[in-house]
Amino acid sequence: MTFINYASREINCKIVYYGPGLCGKTTNLQYIYDSTAPQAKGKLISLATETDRTLFFDFMPLELGTVRGFKTRFHLYTVPGQVYYDASRKLILKGVDGVVFVADSQEERMDANIESLYNLEENLEAQGFDLMKIPYVLQLNKRDLPNVIPIDELSAELKKKGEPVYEAVATNGEGVFDTLKAVAKQVLTELRKG
Amino acid sequence: MAETPVIIREHQFQKIKSALARLCVEAAARVVFLVDRDGQPIAFHGEIGEMDTTSFASLAAGNVAATNSMAKLIGEDQFPSVVHEGERESIFISVIGRSLLVVVFDERSTLGLVKLRTKKATFVVAEILEGVARDSADLTLSESSFFAEITDEDIDSLFG
Repeated sequence: MTFINYASREINCKIVYYGPGLCGKTTNLQYIYDSTAPQAKGKLISLATETDRTLFFDFMPLELGTVRGFKTRFHLYTVPGQVYYDASRKLILKGVDGVVFVADSQEERMDANIESLYNLEENLEAQGFDLMKIPYVLQLNKRDLPNVIPIDELSAELKKKGEPVYEAVATNGEGVFDTLKAVAKQVLTELRKG
Repeated sequence: MAETPVIIREHQFQKIKSALARLCVEAAARVVFLVDRDGQPIAFHGEIGEMDTTSFASLAAGNVAATNSMAKLIGEDQFPSVVHEGERESIFISVIGRSLLVVVFDERSTLGLVKLRTKKATFVVAEILEGVARDSADLTLSESSFFAEITDEDIDSLFG
């Protein structure tokens, strides 16, 4: 839920990175964190297990600049991808303004992508949202790996509506900011519609 | 479409700030925060020092969300308050509708005092927040046109 504070002249929005386990959600956030100037970001909080798998969520606040005198701050979250953390995933979608679905392009992860996308729809619905109406971007990650499914095939399988689709290699930052910009733009456009 | 935005006006923000300031003094707290249940910080009063208030707000909301889900699993509707007691610093969180009143206190205060004063403050804060919710739903014409005036160029300029 977008939060607009007239006193401090701030707009705060929440964006959630969703997707199957090990698809690169945390890597997206880590890249954004590493490439952003210190004054534009807060800490990257990672509630992870000892083996660096996300346990509850990763979080980082990112200040993008000013729109008509209002500072725009995006709160970026990831969810834990593993199937058995569904209760946590549901909680993190509360009050979401925009969603990025990070798909793993490898052939053997196709079923996991489909399952996670279905889970996203279900969990959004549980929080009163409709995937078809919410700002949404599809990122096809891990494009540098040898066993990836062709873009057309992957898009045809995972695309839900006319959402923007970006190819990405989150480990080196390819497509990471394009994805973020696309979802942030949709969130602000939504705000404009009122 | 996402939910209706929450819009806090200047006068409401000042009211919230003074309610937090009063609670901070009365409860002998170190710092008092008002946080939205989705993790957005709304306001605070007190000594924050080097504390990262944005992360604090997000984690407080995550904490309450997790404990409330635990409550449901054992047949409770929710836990209206959550306490974390540390060796020196402690945290008391009270749920007010879709917001959280978070009191950080140390050995200068006691849990009993904090609970008592927070209970009183929740009524005041709840009333202000009801006003915020009412006004947010009833977006005034000038405000809706303000956001409608945001152009594609404004949005693009954010991304350099």
